[in-house]
Amino acid sequence: MLTKRIIPCLDIRDGKVVKGVNFEGIKDVDDPVALARYYNESGADELVFYDITASVEQRQLFTDVLKKVAEQIFIPLTVGGSIKSLEDFDRVLKCGADKVSINTGALLDPSLIDRAAEKYGKQCVVLSMDVKRVNGKFNVFTKGGREDTGIDAIAWAIEGEKRGAGELVVNSIDTDGVKGGFDIEMLKAISDVVNLPIIASGGAGSKEHFKELFQALPKIDAGLAASIFHFKEVNIMDLKQYLKQENIEVRL
Amino acid sequence: MIAIIDYGVGNLFSLKSSLKYLNVPGIVTADEALINSSSKIILPGVGAFGDAIKRLESIGLIPAILNNVKQGKPLLGICLGMQLLFERGMEFGTHKGLGLLQGEVVPLDANMGLKIPHMGWNSLDIRQYHPLLKYVKQGDYVYFVHSYHASKCSNSLVATANYGIDVSAVVANKNVMGTQFHPEKSGSIGLKILKAFCELGA
Repeated sequence: MLTKRIIPCLDIRDGKVVKGVNFEGIKDVDDPVALARYYNESGADELVFYDITASVEQRQLFTDVLKKVAEQIFIPLTVGGSIKSLEDFDRVLKCGADKVSINTGALLDPSLIDRAAEKYGKQCVVLSMDVKRVNGKFNVFTKGGREDTGIDAIAWAIEGEKRGAGELVVNSIDTDGVKGGFDIEMLKAISDVVNLPIIASGGAGSKEHFKELFQALPKIDAGLAASIFHFKEVNIMDLKQYLKQENIEVRL
Repeated sequence: MIAIIDYGVGNLFSLKSSLKYLNVPGIVTADEALINSSSKIILPGVGAFGDAIKRLESIGLIPAILNNVKQGKPLLGICLGMQLLFERGMEFGTHKGLGLLQGEVVPLDANMGLKIPHMGWNSLDIRQYHPLLKYVKQGDYVYFVHSYHASKCSNSLVATANYGIDVSAVVANKNVMGTQFHPEKSGSIGLKILKAFCELGA
């Protein structure tokens, strides 16, 4: 049986991890390669790297980092951040990425989903969306969650699947950073209408939250989190052993 | 030296890196002389069956692959590369495969309510011993990404993975082997499978 996946997300700026893990005795490990190795050894099923740089020079630094990680870590790597064209896809795939996550780039030009799926295959195209409640409905936000596009999240998920996205990352702005659990209501609304693998993001604060997510919504394939893993509030191996005990299929 | 056949399909970065990680000399190549002088061949691949066979044909490497196999050289097909080893593929029409293994490649059945592609970590059910899996245990997890699978291949079936049906995960007949999953993306288990392949005949 296919397992549920646990995915840590690393934000990279200037070739370094923003908010690194606090290892014992060493403060703030910010080397992406060391951190990727740590997560790989603690049982992460996949790694997501977000490029949060703005300049071209820094982007080069990001691909150098990606290459170094991909040379040593042999699990699936997803890359996102500033992906707006097929050239951007090409640039990160050549450095060892397996999947490419698009967000604003797809909102600006939805045909990017079609073109990328045709060129690299659906499995390579991850549509990432930031969702927030506005007047009782779910809207897609852009610019790091600051700007309401007015687009209905459910309609956008359906369109994304139709255009050829192979996977969805659904991030709830309402629950993000609150650590009170995943946004079950919103994730249900989206997982009810698409038949794609869905990665839930936003709100994880404890092991129990992952259990709630997978038990309440069998159609959700993966849980993504950043700070609870980085700050060692939740250890991935402990989390997976706990889920296994709760009869949730995980890779141990 | 292991020749990784380069015919313009898929991302070979991780495969190349994993051989390097195992300290095994490998080269990504479409050069017939290099393929002939290699000790083993890996046929990778991501994409569609028909398109991939056409590309292999157009660069003229099919006779070289078949000759090397005939002489007993180990060949490992990965993902689409495994599917190409069979007689036929039914992806966007029916296409002739390399015919090195009996069987055909058909779509995973979307009517079963399962998500297509079959993407993620799934456990191996090992049906029979094979040296390729000598470091692998029953139930170990490997990483799959595919929408088609090999069927009618019971005489080469080594291991399966359950996804509603039993998906052919590892197939082998003499020196011809294939994995539907990506060993180069399957963490330490995947590296062990590649290591076992590299050690064959050594």
